[in-house]
Amino acid sequence: MTTTLPSYDDVVARYEPVIGLETHVELGTRTKMFCGCRTDFGGEPNTRVCPVCLGLPGSLPVVNKAAVEATIRIGLALNCSIADWCRFARKNYFYPDMPKNFQISQYDEPICVDGYLDVEVNGETVRIGIERVHMEEDTGKTLHVGGATGRIHGATESLVDYNRAGIPLVEIVTKPIPGTGSLAPDIARAYVNELREVIRSLGVSDVRMEEGSLRCDVNTSLNLPGQEWGTRTETKNVNSLRSVERAVRSEMLRQASVLDAGGRITQETRHFHEDTGDTTPGRSKETATDYRYFPEPDLVPIAPDRAWVAELKAALPELPRVHRRRLQEQWGLSDLDMQSVLNAGAVELIEQTVAAGATPAAARKWWLGELSRRANETGVELVDVGATPEQVAELQGLVDAGKLNDKLARTVLEGVVAGEGSPTEIMTSRNLEVVSDTGALTAAVDEAIAANPEIADKIRSGKVAAAGALVGAVMKTTRGQADAKTVRELILARLNVEA
Amino acid sequence: MAAISREEVAHLARLSRLAVTEEELDTFAGQLDVILQAVAQVGKVAAADIPPTSHSVPLTNVLREDVETPCLTPEEALSGAPDAEQQRFRVPRILNEDLAS
Repeated sequence: MTTTLPSYDDVVARYEPVIGLETHVELGTRTKMFCGCRTDFGGEPNTRVCPVCLGLPGSLPVVNKAAVEATIRIGLALNCSIADWCRFARKNYFYPDMPKNFQISQYDEPICVDGYLDVEVNGETVRIGIERVHMEEDTGKTLHVGGATGRIHGATESLVDYNRAGIPLVEIVTKPIPGTGSLAPDIARAYVNELREVIRSLGVSDVRMEEGSLRCDVNTSLNLPGQEWGTRTETKNVNSLRSVERAVRSEMLRQASVLDAGGRITQETRHFHEDTGDTTPGRSKETATDYRYFPEPDLVPIAPDRAWVAELKAALPELPRVHRRRLQEQWGLSDLDMQSVLNAGAVELIEQTVAAGATPAAARKWWLGELSRRANETGVELVDVGATPEQVAELQGLVDAGKLNDKLARTVLEGVVAGEGSPTEIMTSRNLEVVSDTGALTAAVDEAIAANPEIADKIRSGKVAAAGALVGAVMKTTRGQADAKTVRELILARLNVEA
Repeated sequence: MAAISREEVAHLARLSRLAVTEEELDTFAGQLDVILQAVAQVGKVAAADIPPTSHSVPLTNVLREDVETPCLTPEEALSGAPDAEQQRFRVPRILNEDLAS
């Protein structure tokens, strides 16, 4: 189908989007949801399995208390009510990613319900309703082989590794979010980002989208103003914050072109493609009835003790929004400046850099400047750019001590990012230290004066601004390794001119 | 009235990937109907003051601490598999399906 897509502005002028997000978070517990198998990432295939997570006959699941606690804490941080009593349910389906032929999940009795998360977009606060937070178990990893491409189409066989099967998973489902208009993609992204921050602050998951410990499905529908909500599609495989935004946008455009042509939207699962930014249809959505949910007979209900819940609530850490307000004040930033720090994912990095000894201004300069540019170029998150807060603080320390000028510091930083060592090591090994040997500098200054007698005369006659040309000449002979301010002072001193 | 229709049985068979013949559909629909009718008797005595239960023992909060226990070796894990490759369970492809979550 080669229909031309309408423009985004045109779409939001004529249609109203409703979005919804389902986010899966792998908990960072030591062991799985229902058995004592370890959960750490990596590991040879099928080395973290036991009779329970392999679904062998006669094995029985037992719930991991740490996973229940982590889920309750997430629910509390999202302002949810914690159920007095809840149960697990079997979700039956035929696919080899679960060896039992069902997944243990929660269905009509989730542990946390009815909360909200406040999200900031363009300086406005948007309250996103949380429908539910429930516990379930992750699935195994399937590798499709036998086909030409290794992708599911054309594959003849699947190879399954159950290391991930049974890892505690928390699913967080928003209420439908109407009324966001053209901001729908931004709000979707801001929500996932804020949710990630909240969960990270609780320390219950490493929430790394690229490793799959936070995964997102995005529901999108369009309707004409004043009419009922449209049929929604569910886009899966959305694995970065940028993709969340792109997936909503591209699905809005696609649905608008279908509706414009007089077509109807099919309720289906669609797959997001990182490379093209498009979605393509997956299977038609099975209905809840097809999953034949029923209460899990091998597990007894969970009834969280009220005193325990109160204790967990009292012990919640400062939430990211509050924390950010405090930092913004400490750092003396405007809302706009703070927003750019947030957008760059640099809050924690700057905080740690300041803790390691740099001033807030210097820390912000490096993370939002050189390092953000570098992260953008290489397409990685800022946190993975290759420099640590300690290294950035050390670099700034060298600048403050006059050992590096700005240009040299940037060269050293490139070395740090390339993994050549600490700033001090790189400065020494690459011989980048500012020339502070006054003898050598004076010689370079004298040379510049001798080579430019007219300029020297101008300076002597009081045109101090002309010194810039000589500074440039000295910087050239010292290959940039001199401190411009020192050079300037030296030039004026050699020419007996008051600064 | 039957508690389960022949179409519902066919649908269930499809979801379970069971190849059921037309004759078997008749047989199973009849048998399942008898079972469901029998279970439905419980509904007659259920009253508003009796909460539904999924468990015969009135227990809650059977939890374990987050402590590692030994895993199987890959050889043990795969010993019951019909087929294995690259230390993974090898199964026929399943199309038009997706992950549960």
